[in-house]
Amino acid sequence: MAKGIKDPSYKKRIGYHAGLLAGMALIVSAVLAIGNKQTHSEILQRLEEDKRATLDMVIPKNLYDNDLLSEIVKIIDIKNQETTVYVARKENYVVAVAFMMMEQGYAGPINVMLGVSKNGEILGARVISHQETPGLGDKIEIKKDRWILGFDGLSLENTRKNEWAVKKDGGKFDQFSGATITPRAVVKAIKHGLNLFNEKIIPGIIIHKASNKKTDN
Amino acid sequence: MTGKYKTIIKDGIWENNVVFSQMLALCPLLAVTGTATNGLGMGLTTIVVMVIACCIVSMSRDIITQEVRIPIFVLLIAGVVTLVDMFINAYLHELYKVLGLFIPLIVTNCAILGRVESFSSRNNVFPSILDGLMMGIGFTLVLVVLGATREITGSGTLFANASLLLGDSFSFLEIVVIEDYKGFLLMILPPGGFIALGLILAGKRVIDRKIKTTKFNYGDADNLVTLDH
Repeated sequence: MAKGIKDPSYKKRIGYHAGLLAGMALIVSAVLAIGNKQTHSEILQRLEEDKRATLDMVIPKNLYDNDLLSEIVKIIDIKNQETTVYVARKENYVVAVAFMMMEQGYAGPINVMLGVSKNGEILGARVISHQETPGLGDKIEIKKDRWILGFDGLSLENTRKNEWAVKKDGGKFDQFSGATITPRAVVKAIKHGLNLFNEKIIPGIIIHKASNKKTDN
Repeated sequence: MTGKYKTIIKDGIWENNVVFSQMLALCPLLAVTGTATNGLGMGLTTIVVMVIACCIVSMSRDIITQEVRIPIFVLLIAGVVTLVDMFINAYLHELYKVLGLFIPLIVTNCAILGRVESFSSRNNVFPSILDGLMMGIGFTLVLVVLGATREITGSGTLFANASLLLGDSFSFLEIVVIEDYKGFLLMILPPGGFIALGLILAGKRVIDRKIKTTKFNYGDADNLVTLDH
């Protein structure tokens, strides 16, 4: 194209430009479609592996013998939001569930994956994604700090209502120097999660099981 | 002919470096350089995209006309970036988890459009690929230097998580430079990026001036930066 003088005259026509642009768009779209087809199943598999890895962090593997990703119950919570609940079973009895809770942090939403045993005890909690300030608020990540492990074994029964707060607010959980809003949000998310477990998830799973039985027969 | 290639290499890495003298690609540069590892990952991905884009444009430069070249270049670059994004997600998933957010940012890297427009569309395939490669390496260099500066001053480590990016055999790169460092938040946050970049740019000019004076080229010492945009 740099040698404009030698260009044949058809290259000057608007039709050529339009055709060229359309042709290029067509080729690029075709290549992208092929690329997407090639990688689609692979990407889905990777995402599934990611999901399994997060679930492994919140429910110990030796507790259950079913495939967590194959048994999913959808729960509608008080705010009318849908929560996906992964149900862990051993010999067909529910032993634990895992689900994601979202709470507004300092800089954006914090997503916490919670594993809760059938007695309402926390098996594990992990922050999956957040936008908190690096160096201050990111101590909620297991990679940066052991803080999040402090929730293991707690339940609404063994921890009083007013203890579910950071120390500054009179509760039992440490805040970080320079960051109170972030741990406060995580505590709130986990507490809400346990409430949701008691109020919605247990009844939800029972209903789900009953409707499953019907279809079995 | 070899002289020409030498100029391309020298231009890409130092003289006409994407960041140092063209002042392009600052958006991805400042966004990812919180750590040296992120910078390196972004740099490597940019090299791949740049080489492919330069190659394609150079090959099809005879059919592309002056009037519609910009939309076509944008289309090609966006297509290549999307493909690279999909393939990294599928086959280099660990890398994707580190870089995932930043790969689409490569589309906004005007350095690629700049090279494609000013070099690849006027030159043969081989020099174009070399130019893309060298410009990419030059960009990577800045990314790693800036990332390392911010990482050392901001969190006291160097190449943290490099094994996630390059595999376990590269874990030797992960160094704790300052033990028990409390961290200097400013350097990790965006303002730190601007401050560090400013210092690095100033340093580059000082080095250039030194080179000029040792070559006894006093005449045009004020025109060190040839291509200010």
